[in-house]
Amino acid sequence: MIEIENISKSFGDKNVLEGISATFKKGMPNLIIGSSGTGKSVLLKCIVGLIPPDTGTVKYDGLDFTHANRDQKTEVRRQIGMLFQGGALFDSKTVEENVMFPLNVLTKMSSSEKIDRVNFCLERVGLEGQNKKMPSEISGGMKKRVGIARAIVNNSNYLFCDEPNSGLDPQTSILIDDLIMEITEEYDITTIVVTHDMNSVLGIGENIIFLYQGHKVWEGNKNEIMHSGIKEFDDFVFANKVMQKLKNR
Amino acid sequence: METLGKYFIFLGTLLVNRESFKTYFNLTMEECVKIGINSIFLVSLVSFFIGAVTTIQTAYNLVSPLIPDYVISLVVRDMTLLELSPTIIAVIFAGKVGSSLSSGLGTMRISEQIDALEVMGINSASYLVLPKILASLMMYPLLVILSALLSLFGGYLAGTLTGVITPYEYIYGIRFEFNEFTVTFALIKSFAFAFLVASISCFKGFYTRGGALEVGQASTAAVTQSVIAVLTADYLLAQLLL
Repeated sequence: MIEIENISKSFGDKNVLEGISATFKKGMPNLIIGSSGTGKSVLLKCIVGLIPPDTGTVKYDGLDFTHANRDQKTEVRRQIGMLFQGGALFDSKTVEENVMFPLNVLTKMSSSEKIDRVNFCLERVGLEGQNKKMPSEISGGMKKRVGIARAIVNNSNYLFCDEPNSGLDPQTSILIDDLIMEITEEYDITTIVVTHDMNSVLGIGENIIFLYQGHKVWEGNKNEIMHSGIKEFDDFVFANKVMQKLKNR
Repeated sequence: METLGKYFIFLGTLLVNRESFKTYFNLTMEECVKIGINSIFLVSLVSFFIGAVTTIQTAYNLVSPLIPDYVISLVVRDMTLLELSPTIIAVIFAGKVGSSLSSGLGTMRISEQIDALEVMGINSASYLVLPKILASLMMYPLLVILSALLSLFGGYLAGTLTGVITPYEYIYGIRFEFNEFTVTFALIKSFAFAFLVASISCFKGFYTRGGALEVGQASTAAVTQSVIAVLTADYLLAQLLL
């Protein structure tokens, strides 16, 4: 479980996040949603420690990560897997080397154990036999799946996904969402997904927080989004025509 | 001053929270190939022609019958060891290796590969930059030694084939009143220049923000600032050590 309390962040005189508090539960996908530029990715980066928040705390299973010392932070980070928006695969390494990378650096597993684990993870994301391909030789959806395989290869306790569906076709998006859902439930990990894709919200939104101009405006689950009664949230949810039709039914 | 302070803090981060020795050894060896072995052709070509041209131009200028011919190779030797091999090759090194280091790290930064390392709990600066600096420190002095040898060889071929100096006089000039400290001085300079080029280029690349345009700008800035640092250090070392 990850708890954030009163997280604020500003860049210059622009307040990007203001007093965000939330609890992200284990074993279910937790979604941070909102329009572009509302601070979703900044919040995610504050949670994983890539950007230090100006105020507030982030707790990983009770450990105050924001004020932890370097060793404690390293220990927590080694339990984190993250899927970046563009995949963030290492260009000079093959698919296999990318997925094996955390094992090479963070564990003392033997070569055969590492290869077995990599093959298992690639199979888990439906990429068996793609080991020797370079990132430049695979599609955007495959890159995302390699990113997920890399994120889970080290038996991570926390999985973070920054816009996992951006740039993907609807079918591949559903595939990625289902994969995130399955992995979260199967390994009972804490997963946070940043997205503005309503298909994802309706598909895997078990616990959702909605950000608007740096504030948390709404919190709930996918069954409650139709009846929030909050204008900013309704504007976001019913922005597309399919959702409008659903509402008018 | 702020950038200078950031640079020194950056250097400090290279030495904390490191990975295993084996990891660094493997990475450093990979970088040695990229930085050193892949630079051999360019360094050899430039050095050979620098030696050849210096010999011909020195011969062209020494027209007095009172000056013996072996002075030509003596001048070539001292110019090569004191300045041309360590410094001119450092400028080429900054152009070839410095821009590559900067653009490589810049691309990793904008494509979130560096963030991916940080999230895994790896000190990205140390993991990515330290091997590059170590490899530069190991390979650049070797490149300078190779450069000096090829420069002298280039001078020998150009001088003897054009008839401006005999082989005997060229060898005699090379050995005449040879001061071993010039080699030591060249190597001291090569270590200093290798460190400056690698660290400044990595610094510029590591803190790139934006997109492809900024990667290009960082690469250009890396080369410019490395060359300025090399030339400044060249003057200071000459003042201090000669």
